[in-house]
Amino acid sequence: MERLLNVMTGLSVLLILMVLVSVRRARIRVEYSVAWLVGAAALLGLSRARGLLRSIADLLGMTYPPLALMLLVGCVFLLIFYRFSLIISQLKDDNIALAQRVAILEYHLQTLKDQAAGC
Amino acid sequence: MKSADGDCKLLILIPAFNEEGAVGGVVQAVKGVMPGVPILVVDDCSVDATVTASRGAGAEVLMLPHHLGLGGCVQAGYKLAFELGYDYVIRVDGDGQHDARDIPQVYEALRSSGCEMVIGSRFVNGDAGGTSLLRGAGIRFFRAVLRPILGRSVHDPTSGFVGVNRSALGVFSRSFPLEYPEIEALVVLQRRRFRFVEVPCRMLPRRSGRSSITPIKSIYYIVHVLLGVFVNVLKYERRTPKQSRRS
Repeated sequence: MERLLNVMTGLSVLLILMVLVSVRRARIRVEYSVAWLVGAAALLGLSRARGLLRSIADLLGMTYPPLALMLLVGCVFLLIFYRFSLIISQLKDDNIALAQRVAILEYHLQTLKDQAAGC
Repeated sequence: MKSADGDCKLLILIPAFNEEGAVGGVVQAVKGVMPGVPILVVDDCSVDATVTASRGAGAEVLMLPHHLGLGGCVQAGYKLAFELGYDYVIRVDGDGQHDARDIPQVYEALRSSGCEMVIGSRFVNGDAGGTSLLRGAGIRFFRAVLRPILGRSVHDPTSGFVGVNRSALGVFSRSFPLEYPEIEALVVLQRRRFRFVEVPCRMLPRRSGRSSITPIKSIYYIVHVLLGVFVNVLKYERRTPKQSRRS
């Protein structure tokens, strides 16, 4: 159990560092880094707070506390993925609408140019 | 292509993606049957000479800045047609499979039936043949799925040979399925209590190229369209009052 929790701690620290570096290099926007940082911080906190983890495991009827941690982590990241799916869907809709608008505006522009050239 | 004014209220819309071998012939065939009617090719960011071939044949071209897929491509054309004030738009595929000689009867049905949508159907007068076993099974499956949703049977739900009037054009300009749009579009219209009619049409072999639908994609197609149909059925849409449907 101890080894597994230590691995989880290491992974959460690694995740926090990766996200922070990505934010610093402007590869992730700050608003999208928050969900990852909160998730990783929760993972870090729970992997170090053995008493709290044991209480949660008892509450969930689990005899092995790291399993409860894995379940919680899974739920948190599922929520994060769901949120990002919503964001991606919205971005795709916006992107399609923008591409169509650009095409239509270019069409109008070309028509105006042709009319001006014909005058 | 001018704004729709005077008698020029019909637009022929041809979505095309990498159809340099076929689209020119399609445009010329349409011009031969419907002289003087504006033709708009919507180029879905082709990497071949589709744009040149279309312009060379005498069509106007709406060029998308990147590939959107069939639904996004058709919707771009619908949006432009709606902005320019067209009353009717008939969509003909750019691969040459739709016979341009059937356009007049689709147009006539659009004007005389009062329906918001007219579908050129291969199966109105029985099975026209030439449809693969897999596609035929898919069509029969979706007929069965759509019947209770639409409240009536539709012979050729996957047909891309479709005419719409201005009411449907307005709806599709705002909301149009982005992938495999034909079947979902029927459900979108049904949610608005719009009507459709099918007229018989002929189907020709492709002039060039190959269909993008492979057996694996067919399975994806069925799952995707089924999901899209049910999402559209469940989607809350404000019903359009019957008297304001025709403007």
